[in-house]
Amino acid sequence: MSKIHVTTKINGDTVEFLCDPRETVLDVLRDRLGLTGAKEGCGTGDCGACSVTLDGRLVCSCLVLGAEADGKEIGTVEGIAQGEDLHPLQEKFIEYAALQCGICTPGILVAAKSLLEKNPDPTEEQVRYWLAGNLCRCTGYDKIIRAVMDTAADLREAS
Amino acid sequence: MALDGTKDTAFKYVGTTPERPDGFDKVTGRARFGADMIAPGMLFGSIVRSPHAHARIVKIDTSKAEALDGVKAVVTRADFSSALECKPGMDGEIWNTLENVMAGEKALYDGHAIAAVAATSNLIARDAAKLIEVEYEILPHVTDVDLAMADDAPVIREGVTDYSVPKGMHPNVVRCHDQGHGDVEAGFAEADLVIEDHFTTEATHQGYIEPNACVATLGADGKGEVWCSTQGHWNVQKVCAALLDLETSQLRVTASEIGGGFGGKTTVFVEPVALALSRKANKPVKMVMTRAEVFRATGPTASTSMDVKIGMKKDGTITAAKGVFRLQGGAFPGAPCEFTAMCAFAPYNLANVHQTGYDVMSNRPKQAAYRAPGSPMAAFAVESVIDELCNQLGLDPIDVRLKNASHEGTRASYGPKFERIGLVETLEEAKAHPHYSAPLAEGQGRGVSCGFWFNHGGETSVSMAMSEDGSAQIMVGTPDIGGSRASMALMAAEVLGIPYDTIRCTIADTASLGYNEISHGSRVTYASGLAVIKSANAIVKELCRRAAAKWDIDADAVIWEDGYAKPSGPNAGDFEPLHIAEITATMGATGGPINGHFEATPEGAGVSFATHIVDAEVDKETGATKVVRYTVVQDAGKAIHPTYVEGQYQGGAAQGIGWALNEEYIYGEDGRLQNAGFLDYRIPVASDLPMIDTVIVEVPNPGHPFGVRGVGETSICPPLAAIANAVSAAAGVRMRNLPMSPPRILAALDAKSG
Repeated sequence: MSKIHVTTKINGDTVEFLCDPRETVLDVLRDRLGLTGAKEGCGTGDCGACSVTLDGRLVCSCLVLGAEADGKEIGTVEGIAQGEDLHPLQEKFIEYAALQCGICTPGILVAAKSLLEKNPDPTEEQVRYWLAGNLCRCTGYDKIIRAVMDTAADLREAS
Repeated sequence: MALDGTKDTAFKYVGTTPERPDGFDKVTGRARFGADMIAPGMLFGSIVRSPHAHARIVKIDTSKAEALDGVKAVVTRADFSSALECKPGMDGEIWNTLENVMAGEKALYDGHAIAAVAATSNLIARDAAKLIEVEYEILPHVTDVDLAMADDAPVIREGVTDYSVPKGMHPNVVRCHDQGHGDVEAGFAEADLVIEDHFTTEATHQGYIEPNACVATLGADGKGEVWCSTQGHWNVQKVCAALLDLETSQLRVTASEIGGGFGGKTTVFVEPVALALSRKANKPVKMVMTRAEVFRATGPTASTSMDVKIGMKKDGTITAAKGVFRLQGGAFPGAPCEFTAMCAFAPYNLANVHQTGYDVMSNRPKQAAYRAPGSPMAAFAVESVIDELCNQLGLDPIDVRLKNASHEGTRASYGPKFERIGLVETLEEAKAHPHYSAPLAEGQGRGVSCGFWFNHGGETSVSMAMSEDGSAQIMVGTPDIGGSRASMALMAAEVLGIPYDTIRCTIADTASLGYNEISHGSRVTYASGLAVIKSANAIVKELCRRAAAKWDIDADAVIWEDGYAKPSGPNAGDFEPLHIAEITATMGATGGPINGHFEATPEGAGVSFATHIVDAEVDKETGATKVVRYTVVQDAGKAIHPTYVEGQYQGGAAQGIGWALNEEYIYGEDGRLQNAGFLDYRIPVASDLPMIDTVIVEVPNPGHPFGVRGVGETSICPPLAAIANAVSAAAGVRMRNLPMSPPRILAALDAKSG
C-alpha cells in the first residue's frame, strides 16, 4: 500500500513524514518520529494516555489518522517544558506526588494544560469532569486534582 | 531479622517527602516504558488468539502468513520447550505458564494464544496474524465457579487435582485449603444471633494503563536479552529460560519503567513469545499487547462464591466464625484460595474459627495476582456479615470490631501468634475521626470495614557503591511500582548521613545484581529497604575503618554521625571529624573502592491492618451509587515517604471502589468475554470519585530496622465490604453480589419491595 506524505508542525517544529493510510497520529509520533511521550493505553479513545492537541484542540491521538494531521499543528508532552524550565503543572505534579507509575501523566498534563488555557479558574468538579477521559489507575486522582487546582491558583496569582 | 537498635532514634531523612527521582522524566515524556524501546532492525510481533472458550486445536496452517511480504517468523507451541511436564496443583506452574502463553492441544479460553508472527512492521504483523488459519473442534465450556464444580461440568484438564482436595469433588477443583481451631459448632451454640449468608464477586482486572510490552533478542547461540514492563525481571529471566530451553544466566533481562502492575505483571505473557520469534528470525522482536488482548489474555483476579457464618453475643462478642470460599482462577491451578481463607477472619481474636478455600478451574484466562490476592473478597463476605450482626443487635460497628480485634499475642485465625500489630490503633483512629461522627444526608449510608494482608519478605539482593565525591549509588532489583527509589534513597541517606539528593537509586538488570524476587507482597520498602540499610551499614563500617587507619586508632573507637567519622571514647576530640567525601576522595589509595551489599530472605515482614470508612449515596430511581466521602486508616509501621504511602492508600481505595461498584468480567453464553475494553469495563474516572482522606498509623514492625510494614496491598482489602455496607445502609437492602452496578441495585430494591 503506498504511503501518504504529510507536512505538519509538532511542538513548533516543521515535520514531514510518510505514513500508511491506516496509521494514527499516535503510531506516527511513537513509531516514525521517536516521540514516545504520548502513550497507547487502549487504542480506542477510552484512556486518554495518548492525549495531544491538534490545532489547539485536545484529542486522543489514537483516534486521528496520521494523514489528517497534514497542515495542522500538534502539541505533545515533549513540548510542554520550555527548554530546561518545567511548566508549573509539571513542577506541581512532581511536588504533589500526582503521579505514581507515570504512564498516564503525559496525557493528563496535556489535558490539564488545555483546561487551564480555556478556564484559568476551574472548580474541582470542572477539573474532575475535564479529566474524566484520562484514566489513572494508581492515584485515585486525589493528588492529581489538587495539583491542577493549585497550579491554576498559582498561575492566576502570577498573572 | 534482628533489630538494629536504630528504630527508636529520631529520623532526619526518613519521614520527609522529597521529590521522586523519576519525576522529571515522567512529566516530560522522557521516561522509557515497555513499549518505548527501539532496537536496531527490530521486527514487530502479533499473536493469533482463540475465539473459542474451549476447543481442540485440529490444525494450524501458517503457509499464507509465511508467504506475506515482510513476514520473518511464525511460531507455535512446537517452538517452545518440550521438556516441561504437566503436574498436579502448583507443582506444574512452569508448564502452566507455557501452556498459557502458547496453547498446546487445546484452546482453554477466549483469547488463548495459538500462534504468533513477526514482521517488518506492526501492520504487516497484524495482517499476517489474520492469515494464519486454525481449525478448531469446539468443546463444551464452563466459566462460572459454581457451575464448574457441578457434577456435569466439562473437565478442563484431567490429572491436575492435588492431594489436598477431598475425594468425590469434581476434577475442576484442583486445590483445597482447610484450617481452623476451636469448636465452631459449640461456638455457634453460645451465640445470641447467628447469621449465615452467601456472597459472590466477579473477576476484575488489575487495569494497569500500560499494556504488557517487551523487546526481545535471542540468537541460535542461546544468548538473549529482554527489555520489558514487569514487576520482576529475575522471574522473567528464570521462566523464559525454562520455556525456551535456555541457560538462565545467558538471558539478560532489563525492567523498563512500569506503567502499573498491581500484581498483573508478576508473570510472563509476551516475553517468551517474542524470544521464540526472535530466535527464529534472528532479529530483535517488539511485542505490545492491545488493550483487548490485555483483558482477554492476561490475569484478571479470581471470581468467587462464598458462604460465611458468624455467631455473636448480644454484647458484640463473636463466638464462632466459619467460611467456605470458592475461587475460579481460569483454566489453570493457582486461584489464591488459601489466601482468601487465611485472611478472612484474621482481624479477629476468635476461639472458634474454621475456613475452607477451593481453587477451581474454568474456561477463563489464567488468574494473576491482584493487590492482596484473595483478601478483598474474603473481607467483603466476612465484614458484610459482621455489619448485619451489628445492625440486628443494635451495636456500633467499630465498637464491635474493637471488642473482637486481634492484637499482639492473639492466635491468628490462620495459625501463628501475632507479633506487634496495629489493628486496634486503626480502629481507634477511625472512631475518633470526624468522618465517623459527621451527619449523613438523605439517601446516604455509612459503612466501615477492616482489612488484612500478610505482607512478604522474599529473596533480596542490594548493592551500594560510594563515588569519589562522596555521593552514593544504590542498585536494587525490585522494579519501582510506587516510588520505592525515593524510599530507598531516604533510608540510605538516614544511615550514611548524606543528603537525599546525593544518592541515586537504580533498578539493576539481571546481569548487574544477584537474584531478586518480584516486586510483590508489599515487600519492596520492607525487604529491599532492609537490604539498603544493611548495605549502608557495611559502608559506614568501612568508612570508619578508613578513618581509624588514617588516625592510627582502633576502628571500634570511631563513630559515624551525620556524614562524619568521629573519634570516640578515649580519643574523643583528638582528631577533626572526617567528612564522607574526604574519605571517599582517597579511597583508591586507602584500600580500594568502598561498597556495601546485602543478600538475604528477610522473614520479618510485619502484617498490616486497615480500617476504612465510606459514605455512599444511592439513587433509588436509577440504581446509581456515588461514593461521597472516603477515609482510609492504615498501619504503615513507619512511613518512609509519607506522601507516597498516602498514594498507596488512595490508589487501593480507588481500585476497591471500582471493584465494588462497576468492574466485572462479563462472559456470554458462548464463553466469550463481552467487555474487553475500557469503555465497557469501566474503571473509576476522576468524576466518579471524591477526595480520599488518609490517616497513617505507625505501629513499628519489629522485623525492620526502621519499623516498616508494607503498605501497597492492605489498602484494597477493606473497600469492597466498607462500600457494600454503606450501599446496603443507603439502599435499605443487603447487597451480597459485586459489583453493585445499577441493575443489581435496582433488582435488589425490587426484590425487597416484592
